[in-house]
Amino acid sequence: MKRYSVFAVAKNAMNYHQGWERAWRNPEPKAEYDVVIVGAGGHGLATAYYLAKNHGVTNVAVLEKGWLGGGNTGRNTTIIRSNYLQDESAALYELSRGLFEELSQKLNFNIMFSPRGVLMLAQTEHEKRAWMRTHHATRINGIHTEWVDVARVKQLCPIINDSPEARYPILGALWQPRGGTARHDAVAWGFARAADDMGVDVIQNCAVEGVDVENGKVTGVRTSRGAIKCGKLGVVVAGHTSMLTDMAGFRMPIESVALQALVSEPIKPCLDIVVMANTVHGYMSQSDKGELVIGGGADGFNNYTQRGSFHHVEETVTALVETFPIISRLRMLRQWGGVADMTGDRSPIIGKTPVENMFVNCGWGTGGFKATPGSGHCFAATIARGEPDEIAAPFAMDRFKEGRMIDESVAAAVAH
Amino acid sequence: MADAFRTADGGALIDRSRPVSFTLNGKTYRGYAGDTLASALIANGVHFVGRSFKYHRPRGFVASGVEEPNALFGTGVGPRFEPNQRGTMVELYEGLTAKTQNHFPSLEYDIGSVNAMMSRFFPAGFYYKTFIQPRVAWKHVFEPFIRQAAGLGKAPTEADDAEYEHFHYMCDVLVSGGGVAGILAALTAARAGARVMLVEQNAWLGGRAIVDEGEVDGQPLGDWVRARIAELEAMPNVLIRTRTQASCHEDHNYVLCYERVSDHDPDLYGGGPRHRLWRVRAGRVIAAGGGIERPIAFAKNDVPGVMLAAAMRDYLKLYAAKPGDRVVVYANNDDAYRTAIDLRNAGVEVPAILDAREGSNGDLPQIAREMGMRTMFGSGVSKTLGRKRVEGVEITELRPSGRPGALETVACDAVAMSGGWNPVVHLYSHSGGKLSWDDDQLMFRPDPSRSPIRHDGAPAVVCAGTASGHLALSDVITDGVKAGVEAADALGFETSGADAPAAKSAREDGISAIWFTPSSGKLSVGNKHFLDFQNDVTAADVELAAREGYESVEHTKRYTTLGMATDQGKLSNINGLAILADALRKPIPAVGTTTFRPPYTPISFGSIAGRETRELFKVVRKTPMHDWLAAHGADWEPVGDWRRPYCIRKDGEDRHQAVEREILTAREKVGMLDASTLGKIIVKGPDAGAFLDLLYTNMISTLKPGRCRYALMCNDNGFLFDDGVVARLDEQTFLCHTTSGGADRVHAWMEEWIQTEWPHLKVFTANVTEEYAQIAVAGPKARVVLESLEGDVDLSTDGLPFMSYVDGTLAGCPVRVYRISFSGELSYEIATPAAFGLSLWKAIFEAGQPFGITPYGTEALHVMRAEKGFIMIGDETDGTVTPHDLNLSWAVSKKKTDFIGKKAMERPFLIDPDRKRLVGLLTENPEDVLPDGAHAVEGERPNGKAKMIGHVTSTYYSPTLKRSIAMALIRRGPERMGETLTFPLGGDRTLRAKVVEPTFYDPENARQNV
Repeated sequence: MKRYSVFAVAKNAMNYHQGWERAWRNPEPKAEYDVVIVGAGGHGLATAYYLAKNHGVTNVAVLEKGWLGGGNTGRNTTIIRSNYLQDESAALYELSRGLFEELSQKLNFNIMFSPRGVLMLAQTEHEKRAWMRTHHATRINGIHTEWVDVARVKQLCPIINDSPEARYPILGALWQPRGGTARHDAVAWGFARAADDMGVDVIQNCAVEGVDVENGKVTGVRTSRGAIKCGKLGVVVAGHTSMLTDMAGFRMPIESVALQALVSEPIKPCLDIVVMANTVHGYMSQSDKGELVIGGGADGFNNYTQRGSFHHVEETVTALVETFPIISRLRMLRQWGGVADMTGDRSPIIGKTPVENMFVNCGWGTGGFKATPGSGHCFAATIARGEPDEIAAPFAMDRFKEGRMIDESVAAAVAH
Repeated sequence: MADAFRTADGGALIDRSRPVSFTLNGKTYRGYAGDTLASALIANGVHFVGRSFKYHRPRGFVASGVEEPNALFGTGVGPRFEPNQRGTMVELYEGLTAKTQNHFPSLEYDIGSVNAMMSRFFPAGFYYKTFIQPRVAWKHVFEPFIRQAAGLGKAPTEADDAEYEHFHYMCDVLVSGGGVAGILAALTAARAGARVMLVEQNAWLGGRAIVDEGEVDGQPLGDWVRARIAELEAMPNVLIRTRTQASCHEDHNYVLCYERVSDHDPDLYGGGPRHRLWRVRAGRVIAAGGGIERPIAFAKNDVPGVMLAAAMRDYLKLYAAKPGDRVVVYANNDDAYRTAIDLRNAGVEVPAILDAREGSNGDLPQIAREMGMRTMFGSGVSKTLGRKRVEGVEITELRPSGRPGALETVACDAVAMSGGWNPVVHLYSHSGGKLSWDDDQLMFRPDPSRSPIRHDGAPAVVCAGTASGHLALSDVITDGVKAGVEAADALGFETSGADAPAAKSAREDGISAIWFTPSSGKLSVGNKHFLDFQNDVTAADVELAAREGYESVEHTKRYTTLGMATDQGKLSNINGLAILADALRKPIPAVGTTTFRPPYTPISFGSIAGRETRELFKVVRKTPMHDWLAAHGADWEPVGDWRRPYCIRKDGEDRHQAVEREILTAREKVGMLDASTLGKIIVKGPDAGAFLDLLYTNMISTLKPGRCRYALMCNDNGFLFDDGVVARLDEQTFLCHTTSGGADRVHAWMEEWIQTEWPHLKVFTANVTEEYAQIAVAGPKARVVLESLEGDVDLSTDGLPFMSYVDGTLAGCPVRVYRISFSGELSYEIATPAAFGLSLWKAIFEAGQPFGITPYGTEALHVMRAEKGFIMIGDETDGTVTPHDLNLSWAVSKKKTDFIGKKAMERPFLIDPDRKRLVGLLTENPEDVLPDGAHAVEGERPNGKAKMIGHVTSTYYSPTLKRSIAMALIRRGPERMGETLTFPLGGDRTLRAKVVEPTFYDPENARQNV
């Protein structure tokens, strides 16, 4: 792999950029791999990367139905944070956030991790108590968060409506200064390029159509480009997990819903941080390109449309016009949806399945992007060892049978 | 000079009797009513009006409509300032102020234009390859620089003062586009009796019929179309909205139409909404949005003065604005000859028509030749000259080798280009309509066999006219009528005798592909052949993306940013993917298009929010006592949709003092609380008891009429999610109280179970929360206060025992008095129909005066319940807590065979003895109040971090007990009675607290049972 650098760009400029090599190969599938990963999204590619990098497993294929990074990796609002309440989540998301810090250097690909800070507003007394609890927990878990007052909120975000007369006045906020954003496509591309460089075959336009199981053990997959044998199989296909596991003969405790997002037309910088307003259901950041990036709601019914109902757009935009009154005259440029895989406790499932040597990584619901490197890191370890590592272990699927929920919904609980 | 480039006559849309003055960057110009900002500037000879996104290159008008990528302005001032307005869509009005964008310090001299000189170092995706080292530099150096350089217009700085609204509308047929096809489709359907809505994004109807020549039924095209418009306007079953765009097509033929009501006329401003979002449900949608002309990629095709050929014709015919004095035309089709002919007729020189084709047998090239214009087949523009305005073009012979041929330089001040047409298929594609490639016309057009479909399988959206791929007038007319007939037929209307009128227009020859014009030097090297003008994406960028393996059209788009600008690729996408297809040596259809996402063009956030802003944002639910409380010093906090008084402050009191006074008064004398927000749900029917037995963990069916029971509700995971008092009103009727924030959720929960799981149960529910006001009167004097009111209610210990209720009259109000207590004091909760609420409240307040009664708020409520150790949903619960964890096992029936959560509660983790359970905490120093959510720690985890064994759920300073108290969920809590726990609070601060029973006050319940 030719390294990327400012010097490489300058050198190639002399030749009008005719000399750049492919970022990743376009290989034909081999008959057999040690490990086949289904799904070339961020999580799947990260898994392949860490399999090769940390575990020396390089005879790996990542199969992708469409184009790499084309699912939720390229559809999310790019927020990265680890201010989670529960120990299990905190460990996972902080591992991931930490990996993001150096990911550009490790991958030699600028994924534009920008720790611009994530601000989670408290707009009711109840929400304030919930964030306080989270704040105490993150501190003990070694994750830097701060409780900030309204004056500081206004300083961090001058366009916010800090009026005490607001419908839900801001009472303070939980601030994670090392949270932020990254360029979502670049995360997929960077992992793909680095994994490819270590010998991983990233095979696009290769839909899995069947899973071969013999004596309770996975032996391979049938694809639109032929049968591929594998020693181990990792399924990392988010909202379509149930479809894949159906092929292997077992069901998953997840539901797939369309989750929406939208962006404004680009404007000069006016919002330097990520702001989340859970009480009114809206969150927003501004991309480097200048677009306001806005997360919307999920439909209350299950579907695979990658669209969503417009009333969620209305609800979100209404909340944000209230929170940031200057945006009223800005315009929505584009609205889209992705298929989110929701579990019963809204935490992911990572680990073994009823089929031997078949592993699953799914259930990231509405917030998987931030976990991309961490998820790949611990899923690679799980596949390589055949047993979950200590970060992944609590996220095993059997927790639903045991009732051992990892529930972060505390902030969504009701007030009296 | 005003009118320097205005023709002496003509201009279908302008009113020369009404001059209008406006400013650009502070300089005053003159135009006419009917002008757009773009047409007025062109008529003034102004073309250089913007800087591009990446290279900050000078840019001018390319198009005449919504597809304009370059000419973006900030318009208005103060609260009405709005960035990124397309000059082609801004209608001129007196006093309009416009500013150009994306430059510093000025449009003419822009520091950012250094990017253009360095552009060789900024190919597509350069930022992925650079700015990697050192790590900190991205956040602190590179990114801030990029952010400043990117963006387009400035953000508004003031809150918007305009109003917006939503309209709901239902129609049989929604026609998007008021051109020839749309008008005919609407007319045909409407004549058959269908209810039709016709929307047109421009201020005028008629589309290209107003611009171009033709003849229909023996009449000139323009006259004919005006007559059709008049007929439509007169029909009672037709609604026509101009300045209205069908922006988003959603499932089930739900279409969002965006109407710009008063943008064009400040006199209308304030008298109504600025924008209106129409939420339209249509039986069928006809998308007749026409086509968008394609630019051609040649070197420096972005210099101001290079425009689309049809746009030039628009400016000339609609606004009498000449694009220049000497215009070179470059095209691959016959249509562009219309521009050449019109320009010549308007007195503009046309030194050359460059036609990429081998030849043409059409009428128009023949006419051009007859007019003496120089037509050069097999040639094209290889490069423009000039920087801020076209000064000339280099002409090349197009050869099969791809190498440029003999060069000639022609002086000119504008270039008209036409690379063919793309049908506007967006609305059709939003909900999944598929396209097919037309190799003859070189366009993606709708594939009617793969339309988006309705619930019944019929097509939801049908394209008509040019939007469907028809370019010739007669085909457009036939297709428009056909769309109208089909829609009417499909919806059951009679359409006898709807024949398409006979049209006559110039006969046109076919198109040939010209996606890229080579320039001098190596192929595509060193020169900028722009595809996406706004985002500065060149043909070389697309080739680079393909070379580097970004082969999917979506990868190319994301890597190069092609089509991601505010025009969403309306001009660039098809050209880009043709270049990509060529680079990949694949046919164009094998590359495919990117996804068409709504909206068609950007729509204001204000219009999406509609009326629900400011005081109408999540309208406050108010109890009957709301205004009284406000007048008496209520200090509000939002609780769900309500606002409740946190406390009711007397003059000079702060929150803390008020809460303390309220608590002590209630404990020592008597207090009153507006409890109207409590959820109240009637559950009625022969199976009501059986239903509630399934819903609650307690046994409810055994409750006797007249009695109440505190009951718990769990979700199917066995976790507590709501609580409240259930009263049995009669054999078949129960009144279930819920938490204030939970009423709607509990009601929905009940309905979900009744409707989806237990439809056999004969039971109905009704949420009557707002039907009743409810007042809690609590304190040792509660009984005497109420007894001093006129009434027929026996409030004595025996007459109304604890956990019972009685109906009667108090102070002239019909009441239901419950003997229940959430404070631990002698307490009554009195419900009365909402209309009586305020008078009852006042009566109790008056009656209580001699006893020192005080109204109290939510904080006093919270503190008093914590003193008693009563749990609060949302504090002691967080979605992971079972009734057993809260020592409420007594409320979980062991007799019932089933209830929601029963099986879940038997799972290993829910019966684990190591679970967190409710305890009380007393800090070592009684003055220290534990912070909300503080965690107790004990030992270390394998990762070296302290092990958290539980957390504080409620914590207060108790004025009653004159010390701090807290409730907490602690692992094996009840086994730890007497233990002292450690709570690290950050830094060196640690609090220590002793584990105690969670009932701090009157554990014998002596005070409430009197």
